[in-house]
Amino acid sequence: MKKALRYSTFGLAGAAAMAFAVSAQAVELNVVSWGGAYTASQLKAYHQPYMKANPGVTLNSVDYSGGLAEVRAQSEAGNVTWDLVDVVVSDAIRGCDEGLFMEIDHDAILATAPDGTPASKDFLEGTLSDCFIPQIIYSTAFAYRTDAFEGDQPKTMADVFNLEKFPGKRTLQRAPINNLEWALIADGVPASQVYEVLDTPEGVERAFAKLETIKDEVIWWTEGAVPAQLLADGEVVFGTGYNGRLFSAIEEEKQPLAIIWDGQVLDIDGWAIPSGGQNKDEVLKFVKYATDTQRLADQAKYISYGPARKSSLPLVGKHAELGIDMGPHMPTKYADQGFLTGFQWWADNRDELNERFEAWLQQ
Amino acid sequence: MAEATLDQGDVMRTADGTPLKVSIARAMRRNKLKALGLIAPLFLFILFSFLIPIVDMSLRSIDNSVIPEVLPNTVAALAEWDGKDLPPEEAYAALAADMKAGRESREIGKVATRLNYELSGMRGTVMGSARKIVKVEEGPYREAMIKADKDWEDPAVWQLLKRLSSPYTMGYYLNAVDLRLDVEGNVEAQPDFRRIYVDLFLRTFWMSILITGLTILLGYPIAHLMATLPLRYSNLLMILVLLPFWTSLLVRTTAWIVMLQSEGVLNDIFVAVGLFADDARPQLVYNKIGTIVAMTHILLPFMVLPLYSVMKTIPPSYMRAARSLGANQFTAFVRVYMPQTLSGIGAGSILVFILAIGYYITPALVGGTSGTLISNQIAYHMQQSLNWGLAAALGVILLGTVVALYFLYNRIVGVDNMKLG
Repeated sequence: MKKALRYSTFGLAGAAAMAFAVSAQAVELNVVSWGGAYTASQLKAYHQPYMKANPGVTLNSVDYSGGLAEVRAQSEAGNVTWDLVDVVVSDAIRGCDEGLFMEIDHDAILATAPDGTPASKDFLEGTLSDCFIPQIIYSTAFAYRTDAFEGDQPKTMADVFNLEKFPGKRTLQRAPINNLEWALIADGVPASQVYEVLDTPEGVERAFAKLETIKDEVIWWTEGAVPAQLLADGEVVFGTGYNGRLFSAIEEEKQPLAIIWDGQVLDIDGWAIPSGGQNKDEVLKFVKYATDTQRLADQAKYISYGPARKSSLPLVGKHAELGIDMGPHMPTKYADQGFLTGFQWWADNRDELNERFEAWLQQ
Repeated sequence: MAEATLDQGDVMRTADGTPLKVSIARAMRRNKLKALGLIAPLFLFILFSFLIPIVDMSLRSIDNSVIPEVLPNTVAALAEWDGKDLPPEEAYAALAADMKAGRESREIGKVATRLNYELSGMRGTVMGSARKIVKVEEGPYREAMIKADKDWEDPAVWQLLKRLSSPYTMGYYLNAVDLRLDVEGNVEAQPDFRRIYVDLFLRTFWMSILITGLTILLGYPIAHLMATLPLRYSNLLMILVLLPFWTSLLVRTTAWIVMLQSEGVLNDIFVAVGLFADDARPQLVYNKIGTIVAMTHILLPFMVLPLYSVMKTIPPSYMRAARSLGANQFTAFVRVYMPQTLSGIGAGSILVFILAIGYYITPALVGGTSGTLISNQIAYHMQQSLNWGLAAALGVILLGTVVALYFLYNRIVGVDNMKLG
């Protein structure tokens, strides 16, 4: 039956391919990313200059909402139409394990830094993995309404969990990831030891117990746009969100919000190339261009995510429209106040902890 | 029946001598083929775009082929093992060989993912030891494997592998009803902190029933009004019913958020008229209430339209006749009018109920924790955790229940009595 499906998709793909071959000789690449402001920043920093320099190449920008479901479906149907996908590092690792993404020799295919440093040394430590080409460092952090509290303003993770001193609703992502870490940090565990503690059953208990203390005051979000909206509407006084979304709420929409960098969780986002695509050589050319030092620095003009290359950091300038200096808005500037997410640990424990988290929510 | 009385030698024939029966059959066959040809495009479309994918997807709920395919030697070696203590050296050697081959073909990750569904941490165990065992050229493999990861010293891990040796599994279905297999292979309940699905199924059903009931309560008077008012008023009402129907689902859902949230329109009115204090605004969204209100509104047209089409056909003279025979307004309504609208209620209920049971985006947006449904978990396992086996098992259970309810409905009410318009 799977075969029948595969043949039928082959047939359709073949017909589509012929139609394309007749209409144009040029190469078309389907580049998939998260949409919204993030894709817009990529279009300006990578796609548009690349297409200008290479008139034969058309880059189609496709939006998706993350996860590996589509990539796996295409791989199983034997018809891979996505040439390049923007993924978070944990998905890149899972997809790599399952053979969905192509393995990459970073030094062979990526550009060196302007001073000749090879790519594997130029990307920030711990960000490279077998199938993954890092692009940006983003963080998930708390923001609070600056008009909500008189006197002392919240500064630490412990303050976020302190309902007496800082009363009001909070909004957190409906997932165990990050929340368990934050609960432990608020409970006094140093950021460097969070995953050690979480690796024991008592550590998980302790994290859930700490979360329990604020559970009644939490609205759980699932879509990335929601927390900024809830904060703006005054529905909540604290909210977790991606720092780029929070940046645009604060600087572009002028909402009375401030970010608490303490306990921020750094995560890596980048490119992965689905195995079995038709345009491997063209994709590699584009990836080399789009992840060179200048291009990564350019992206920070349009969105407040930190470039993944060390050599790009000094080149980060001002925001293209707002004219503000982007340096202080890079999460990498406050890296010592937060920690890098334990993606390997979560890959092992995510299935069980998600069920446990959902069961805990229902109690 | 005429031929039955004729004997063999005396059949009726057409002008050219062929038996009439054969000739008629031939003509009928041509018509049948024509009819088949006409429905063929639709049939093939449904077959390829609907039936085959559904069957394919539901087969995943019992599919366990990845273990026997990627670890064939291990499965063979474990077949002879009695399941006590640790397996013999051959099993370790077989697993090492399978891991090397699996790393080569990049399939070992699928095994790691599959085992991790059953036992947390197995992904790391498998991926880590596969990476290390590649460097080991020769045995004894038992020490080498245990050195690579001490989990291989745990009989429970080997028992798990043995249990998953078959190309089929009931594991996903057990998981979907909050059960699991213990070390000896007996069915037991999941620990408290992992039980979620049964409660979600129950909640999905009672909320769907409640929403169906609410749409009847709200839709019946509207449909009645539409069916009895003069045309120019009823047309206006019809437009009011259809207008939200033409608006995007997302827009309607978001509109409800604006209405219901604690700084929203409704709460502002409550505070303004003094119903609630400013700091004690009730939570009307991101919980059950939000889901029920938004879904009732969104599904209302599916109740109103079948009701209206049935009520339109009931002659007003029946009610007048009932009144003239001495029934009062209420009795006439209950005993004469309402029974005639039952087919509309049935059709509307089954439409609304089946739509509600699989509703996904609205509960995800306004449901918070207490108002999300089983479909949200299915979506999570399709898109995020990639546990398609579990998603398929949940889906099959949902589909099975709906089909069972449909048959029950057919037995009690009868589908023939249902009128959609």
